[in-house]
Amino acid sequence: MTAPDKTTTAITLVVNDRSHDVVVENRTTLVQLLRSQLGLTGTKVGCDTTSCGACTVHVDGRPTKSCTLFAVQANGRTVTTIEGVGSETELHPVQDGFRREHGLQCGYCTPGMVMTSIAFLERVPDPSEQQIREAIAGNLCRCTGYVNIITAIGTAGRLMDAESATS
Amino acid sequence: MLVEHGDDSKVLAGGQSLIPLMKLRLAAPQVLIDIGRISALSFIEEQDTELLLGAMTTEDALEHSDLLRSRYPILVDTSSVIADPIVRNHATVGGNLAHGDPANDHPATMVALGAGIELQGPAGTRWVPAEEYFVDLFTTAAAEEEILTSIRIPAPASSEGAAYEKYERQVGDYAVAGAAAVVQVEAGQILKTRVALTNLGTIPLRATAAEEVMRGAAANDPPFERAGLLAAESTEPWADSRGSADYKRRVAAAVTSRALRRATQRALEQR
Repeated sequence: MTAPDKTTTAITLVVNDRSHDVVVENRTTLVQLLRSQLGLTGTKVGCDTTSCGACTVHVDGRPTKSCTLFAVQANGRTVTTIEGVGSETELHPVQDGFRREHGLQCGYCTPGMVMTSIAFLERVPDPSEQQIREAIAGNLCRCTGYVNIITAIGTAGRLMDAESATS
Repeated sequence: MLVEHGDDSKVLAGGQSLIPLMKLRLAAPQVLIDIGRISALSFIEEQDTELLLGAMTTEDALEHSDLLRSRYPILVDTSSVIADPIVRNHATVGGNLAHGDPANDHPATMVALGAGIELQGPAGTRWVPAEEYFVDLFTTAAAEEEILTSIRIPAPASSEGAAYEKYERQVGDYAVAGAAAVVQVEAGQILKTRVALTNLGTIPLRATAAEEVMRGAAANDPPFERAGLLAAESTEPWADSRGSADYKRRVAAAVTSRALRRATQRALEQR
């Protein structure tokens, strides 16, 4: 695809294991590309000011606030959104942890919480409560008071551990 | 490109300050020059007498560096209180400095450490001491066509310790007040102290009166509180949503004495 003028750019990126060639406006943020152009509405926009973390996705494996990255900055990169995590029949252990511990109420912050937690638990497999609290400092939840989320991430860590032990 | 587009252009590093500013229409560059992918600008390297940091090194990389944890813990103190963990995956040390925002945390740390800032432009490379780099609010010594490429920090002397303390209302907020302190101990006395403060003026302020009252004091009982009060007197905070000027001076005194205490403790552990 070619970009018709200077205000747009043709980019290629891999989203959830699928390669996409798209033309984006230069000002488009990654979250707008994901939601509006690629139809991946699992990623939410909460504050749009880099505070709430509802838009968290992985870019080259690193949790990223997708409202604070231009789509053109993701050119050539690999993006994973909540749609690329688990499946309807088989939850990712982190999703399962949130389900078991009721780590959500309205669910709006959950996709971002899950994406942050996956990367965190891969780095710190058996975290303390304090480490969990620090890890989700960039993800805001206005319903739960965080208690069940923290429990859910602890449970998810044990589930991931059990999964890697059996596989 | 900076020469060609001049005022209309902005250098984009990690984008964690510039993109929010653009959304608020506080910045509206016509041209963005993305240097975030220049991997040669991302490194943490210790040489004989100094530490070199590439401008595009992320806060996350600083926070989790074993070398920094053991040799330059003040940089771990600083990077780990900037914004939040997700932002730190993209935010860079060079961006934090080049932005020229006195509310950012690295400026005070670099001033206290006596760091050098490397600027590159069409005319070549030059080094500017951190203390001269910050000129005014959002204004640095870099010329329009220059970019910040690396930071040079002198290796710590023997029995030197350094620490950064920030008081923030909540994670992700700027400091109400922050203090970076470097303390060198010799023969049971404080030999040398450097203190610089975050978000208490238009640039990171040196607190020379606090430094002087520390000099020559017994290392086992330095005048931390007195130094904190002297540091607070030298500040020029303004009232805003983070508090009145008077409140900020009180916080400045507290964070300064805490930073000095921790730096002294680290200096004593070094021996």
